[in-house]
Amino acid sequence: MHIPDGYLSPSTCAVMYAVAAPFWYRATKKVKQVLTTRMVPLLSIFAAFSFVIMMFNIPVPDGTTAHAVGGTLMAIVLGPWAATLGVSIALMVQAIFFGDGGILAFGANCFNMAIVLPFVGFAVYRAICANAPSGSWRHWLGGAIGSYAGINAASLCAAIEFGIQPLLFHTSSGAPLYCPYGLTQAIPAMMLAHLTVAGIAEMVVTAGAIAFLQKTMPVIMALRVGKGVRS
Amino acid sequence: MKGIKKLWFGLCILALLSPIGLMASGTAWGEWGAEEFSKMLGYVPQGLARFSDLWKAPLPDYGVPGIGEVTGYVLSAFLGIALILIITWGIGKVLANRAEQ
Repeated sequence: MHIPDGYLSPSTCAVMYAVAAPFWYRATKKVKQVLTTRMVPLLSIFAAFSFVIMMFNIPVPDGTTAHAVGGTLMAIVLGPWAATLGVSIALMVQAIFFGDGGILAFGANCFNMAIVLPFVGFAVYRAICANAPSGSWRHWLGGAIGSYAGINAASLCAAIEFGIQPLLFHTSSGAPLYCPYGLTQAIPAMMLAHLTVAGIAEMVVTAGAIAFLQKTMPVIMALRVGKGVRS
Repeated sequence: MKGIKKLWFGLCILALLSPIGLMASGTAWGEWGAEEFSKMLGYVPQGLARFSDLWKAPLPDYGVPGIGEVTGYVLSAFLGIALILIITWGIGKVLANRAEQ
């Protein structure tokens, strides 16, 4: 889901930076309110976890690959605004040092994976577990379903960003300038990858991590309980 | 916070296992390079050709030049973790409120 440079027109990239910017701004404000010095190592851990988990490419039946993101997990443990910050940091390191995702497309990639993904995932999770106590099974079930919704919402956004390119940007003879695949190709391809393998991987990673934290480090799962009804 | 060492340990194990991700052949949808386009479509869209090499990452595709693919991937995983640690530490310095220590 890391859109490289060249797939989106510079104007699309500019719009996506403009859309992401207020979220980054608010994320730093929000995180400032809730982030205690004690929680900084957790932000590092979960951002690093997201980075590493994205390296586990999984084959998709159509010959491409996909991967989990771990953004909903971060939203559940640290809150969606911290997840925006954490996933954005992971994406920045991937783009700058490893060429995974473009520099121009960084705003779009952050919108999809660091904004849409954790917020959709968190909203669904919150609807399922409401005020359940921190050890409840509803947390991992909510995490599983929420993370599946989150990664698929993100993937749909990426597919739309890809798919509108040939419609909007082409030469006078009609040849596409950027991503050559329209909505009818981009949406099925991206959704196939994420409704199946990547979505399931995200569910397993999220539910597994929550169950693990509940068992071994309940204090981490308890960080946000009671705050769970707010973002 | 107690037990956080356990999480770092788990993360290191994941980094060591990361080359499992290399077993999946093929590229993610929409992440093909310009040369792959010429193979798939017979041409490279003009704008794509113009912007695709805008930034030259030092370690493209999580590979370290001159080192085997698997070792390079593991090194990249650890380097990425280290970079994220440095960045979040910096952000923590600037943002974290100390009241609840």
